[in-house]
Amino acid sequence: MDTFTPAGTILNGASVQDALMSARAVNVFYATKHAVKNVSLDIARHQVLALIGPSGCGKSSFLRCLNRMNDTIQGARVEGLITLDGQDIYEARQDVAQLRARVGIVFQKPTPFPQSIYANVAYGPRIHGLAKDRGSMDELVQTSLERAGLWEEVKDRLSQTGTSLSGGQQQRLCIARTIAVNPEVILMDEPTSALDPIASAKIEDLIDVLRTNYAIVIVTHNMQQAARVSQRTAYFHMGDLVEVGTTNMMFTNPQQKLTEDYISGRFG
Amino acid sequence: MNRRLLRKLRNGAFLALSLLATLLGLACLAAILWTLLAHGLAGMSGQLFTQMTPPPGEKGGLLNALYGSAMMTLLGILIGSPIGVLAGTYLAEYGKNSRLSVVIRFINDVLLSAPSIIIGLFIYELVVVRMGHFSAIAGALALAVLAIPVTLRTTEDMLNLVPPGMKDSSAALGAYPWRTTLSVLYPAARSGIVTGLLLAIARISGETAPLLFTALNNQFWSTNLNAPIANLPVVIFLYALSPYKDWQDLAWAGALIITMTILLLSIAARVILAYLQTERGFK
Repeated sequence: MDTFTPAGTILNGASVQDALMSARAVNVFYATKHAVKNVSLDIARHQVLALIGPSGCGKSSFLRCLNRMNDTIQGARVEGLITLDGQDIYEARQDVAQLRARVGIVFQKPTPFPQSIYANVAYGPRIHGLAKDRGSMDELVQTSLERAGLWEEVKDRLSQTGTSLSGGQQQRLCIARTIAVNPEVILMDEPTSALDPIASAKIEDLIDVLRTNYAIVIVTHNMQQAARVSQRTAYFHMGDLVEVGTTNMMFTNPQQKLTEDYISGRFG
Repeated sequence: MNRRLLRKLRNGAFLALSLLATLLGLACLAAILWTLLAHGLAGMSGQLFTQMTPPPGEKGGLLNALYGSAMMTLLGILIGSPIGVLAGTYLAEYGKNSRLSVVIRFINDVLLSAPSIIIGLFIYELVVVRMGHFSAIAGALALAVLAIPVTLRTTEDMLNLVPPGMKDSSAALGAYPWRTTLSVLYPAARSGIVTGLLLAIARISGETAPLLFTALNNQFWSTNLNAPIANLPVVIFLYALSPYKDWQDLAWAGALIITMTILLLSIAARVILAYLQTERGFK
């Protein structure tokens, strides 16, 4: 990792061996607000990284940098270096559409397109030309839905609209839609905060299964959830990355007072 | 106790006033429809749809005027609505907060409420004077100019109603903005955009003033786009003012046909809207 000359300090535990994605000295500004301050953090393969912290701490802003979703926000400015497999994702020749095919994102509110369940899943593959014919598209839709744990529930009604599903099913549909373009990283921005506990539990189980194939970064307000699903946890506070380490260490023996206060529920 | 009584009285008075206003409005509408039906139905006959507008004193129909109106309305929508829909898309999706958008939006609002006779004069100067004669194409162009602001406004409003998360989700899957617009935003806003088109048709199919200066009128059957053409609104206008009983009857019948068409279009717009919204489970 010596090719990245850090413009700031790298916290203990922020870098990992053979990282899939690396952020170095990342700053995010919205008009006047400095939302993310000098954050350096690696994303490991086959692992779930949880980003936690109080509202407005910059964890979602940081997440959205990883597949350049901040590009769509007016007045947003991102500084620093973010690489995927050693390639700078903010360099001029980076095709943003291609990047987003490799780094997918699932949002807080499930937003199925006003199309059939099948068309929802097939949407991404059609854009990127991932299926040669109808048969391989059928197959791709099925595997994606299977991986998202939704196939058994919807296999008989693929032509119904995505909006006819329940909230939890819609969110799994959105995960299937993201998986269908075969990404390397899946970003999740509070994926269960709009769901009931049972639907949330299903998504959590799913996240654990998905990490065998994908690197996952999840932003969550729910600390139990972070403890349950992640292997590494990063704590953000007022735009700073305060502490990062194995989830086990973070929840049992945090090194920073701020982390300890937040995790023990003293604020946030 | 007194305060409560006063409040109740005030409430009652207000309710009575608003009811009265509603009734007054509805009564006017009912009176118009009633007069229209009473006079129009008398003139209704099969001839209306098979024969041309007659000279005074002879029997005839409105076929040439119906055809002219239908064709110019269709052409007007075909020319005007793509401009309106695309410009509305620009305002809602591409240039949302740009200075250009603010200007376009303002001008569009002015155009939306501009007297249609001004539009007629505009096309008269621009097309009729240069071509040297009145023509169906000039009429269609005038109607197109009238259709633009309606479709532009509804398209922008409807696209703004699409949840922003949907747009983000599409972008997050690697779709370029044009793809998102075509594959996600238009389908999501489809019922609203279609309603806008139907409203635009309803608006322009009854316009008289812009056609007076552009398509003028034609006593005979004509399908030539390059020549003056008969159309319902102008025929109604001329025949209603004429001293001949036959012509006046035809004018009533024509007025009834236009009103019914617009009524049916408005109902269709609502039915389509309701149907698509339940079908998509989305609004």
